[in-house]
Amino acid sequence: MNFNFTEEQEMIRQAARDYAERELIKDVLERDEKAEYPTQHIKNLSELGFLGMLVDPKYDGGGMDTVSYVLAMEEICKIDSSVGVIISVNNSLVCYGIENYGTEEQKEKYLKPLARGEKIGAFLLSEPEAGSDATHQRTTAEDKGDHYLLNGTKNWITNANSGSIYIVVAQTHPEKKHKGINVFIVEKDSPGISLGQHEDKMGMRSSDTHSVMFTDVKVPKENRIGEDGFGFKFAMKTLEGGRIGIASQALGIASGAFERSVNYAKERKAFGTELANHQAIAFKISDMAVKIEAARNFCLKAAWLKDQGKPFGVASAMAKQYAADIAMEVTTDAVQIHGGYGYVKEYHVERLMREAKLTQIYEGTSEIQKIVISRSILKG
Amino acid sequence: MKILICISNVPDTTTKIKFTGDSTEFDVAGVQWIINPWDELALTRALELKEKTNGKIEKISVVSVGLKTAEPTLRKALAIGADEAFRIDCEAKDSNSVAAQIAEVAKDYDIIMCGIEASDYNGSAVGGMLSEFLNIPSVSSVSNLDIENNDILISREIDGGAEILTTKIPFVAIVQKGIAIEPRIPSMRGIMMARKKPLNVVSPIEVENLTEFVSFELPPSKAACKMIDAENVKELVDLLHNEAKVI
Ligand SMILES: Cc1cc2nc3c(=O)[nH]c(=O)nc-3n(C[C@H](O)[C@H](O)[C@H](O)COP(=O)(O)OP(=O)(O)OC[C@H]3O[C@@H](n4cnc5c(N)ncnc54)[C@H](O)[C@@H]3O)c2cc1C
Repeated sequence: MNFNFTEEQEMIRQAARDYAERELIKDVLERDEKAEYPTQHIKNLSELGFLGMLVDPKYDGGGMDTVSYVLAMEEICKIDSSVGVIISVNNSLVCYGIENYGTEEQKEKYLKPLARGEKIGAFLLSEPEAGSDATHQRTTAEDKGDHYLLNGTKNWITNANSGSIYIVVAQTHPEKKHKGINVFIVEKDSPGISLGQHEDKMGMRSSDTHSVMFTDVKVPKENRIGEDGFGFKFAMKTLEGGRIGIASQALGIASGAFERSVNYAKERKAFGTELANHQAIAFKISDMAVKIEAARNFCLKAAWLKDQGKPFGVASAMAKQYAADIAMEVTTDAVQIHGGYGYVKEYHVERLMREAKLTQIYEGTSEIQKIVISRSILKG
Repeated sequence: MKILICISNVPDTTTKIKFTGDSTEFDVAGVQWIINPWDELALTRALELKEKTNGKIEKISVVSVGLKTAEPTLRKALAIGADEAFRIDCEAKDSNSVAAQIAEVAKDYDIIMCGIEASDYNGSAVGGMLSEFLNIPSVSSVSNLDIENNDILISREIDGGAEILTTKIPFVAIVQKGIAIEPRIPSMRGIMMARKKPLNVVSPIEVENLTEFVSFELPPSKAACKMIDAENVKELVDLLHNEAKVI
């Protein structure tokens, strides 16, 4: 057992923190207000290597471990979860999926520019009528010999507009149910793809979310990932890793709200003394700290298991469910500690509370995580 | 040309300062260490010069006098872009001994850069002493350093204006505000490359400490703010006169 971080892990945490505190903080409120995509930040963070930090250097990635990734995500999301989710989808869904299950040609052609951050990836699984229940894919991929023909609609797609490389899940053999599902790498500028309106979201407003429509989109056969019928397994495996990203995002949201609350409680006075001297507030601070510490340990444990090559699916589901749920609780308390000031935008905590809510919904709702966890316990 | 940057490993600027051992020693428990901000800007400028002069600068090295705990700081300098690091393996006691130790590794460098002061003890002495040990010129308060053709161009801030001068190499540049805008954040690639760059541990030479800390004192804590009723001018005048003793 060893709880020390390596010099390198500390350095990555510090680099992420420096970027967030120096740069992201400057326009995070404005981008939230205007729902504006962080184009320049994503370019800068690509140059620093964050967009492909988990990818093997052989494919132009940063070659960092998942523990470093948790540390970086926490620091970035303390300030700006929209930037966090863009990094998370690119790293832990799109790059991870291609690196682990793609062919050499696919890695050469798609993984490299994604790892360099020159191109951004999106992961298209959810549909208007298939969210939690991803087995009921209505999007079809008809086998036409040398290519597949895609038709259907995907919903809630992060990076749909900013991204240019899509990982698309679709049904090829409906009679085989989820075993007939395939997954493809699709270039966004292929004919037949159109985007819906930018979703007007409650939080993480600076990330772009759209629905995506496919009408007779031709996808070359060599763009299928894995064997025929591998798509559902691919999606589940990839989401296992993705959850570590979202869990760390929730952790960052909680710890960002916590840091602000501690500072505020030490400064703001009521009834002749600092808020921190009222036990009701001090105990809230204590409860928040305990929850955050537990969530951090969950995230790091899941990351460590993944880095050791051990099974991490249940650990990442636990990390995601717990971190997301406490992020909601901690940010709600943070607003409470700030009183009226907490309810206005300038103090950031209301935004963090809006952001926290999403972590309980995407990449598997908290309820779905409980299904994953309880099944793993009860199945044997 | 070769550049050497002297790096002091200092507590993060937001550290809460406490003392131990009868107020003779700084309490390092829980302290986050960083590259002294001026030294980090010196390194930033050296990297800018290396990029812009296209091959004229063959090497940028960094040196720190300190124990193993200083290594993360040196590794960060390597990740930001320095080519090689030296750690002189002893505690940094006083300016004279630090300068004497650095002089040993600084001999074949053309430009030696130091921050105007370290943010821990604010000694402001190492740069000048180092140039004396090496018997080379030093320029203080350098706010810009440039290389044009083969000439060194330096701006110094002086009262109410700037002074532009040139110097022969080798020399010591003691840098301050303006030398670079903002320190760089290490990239993943930089962090990865830093694994393979040399971090040489050098044995210290024998050198006497000329000064010693007797004790430290924290500034008095700020008194609480007193509110006086707007009607009560007499009380205000009285307090300013007899308590604050400012009028
Ligand atoms: C901003 C945003 C970005 C997103 N980005 C992406 C993306 O990039 N790619 C992508 O593919 N998807 C993305 N999603 C979709 C997201 O993953 C889904 O919204 C999520 O999986 C839930 O699906 P749903 O919305 O259809 O809700 P539903 O599945 O309809 O669920 C509604 C409620 O019912 C509960 N529920 C459902 N089934 C059960 C059950 N069996 N037992 C108990 N409770 C259950 C759910 O937990 C939830 O509370 C994004 C969503 C949002 C809002």
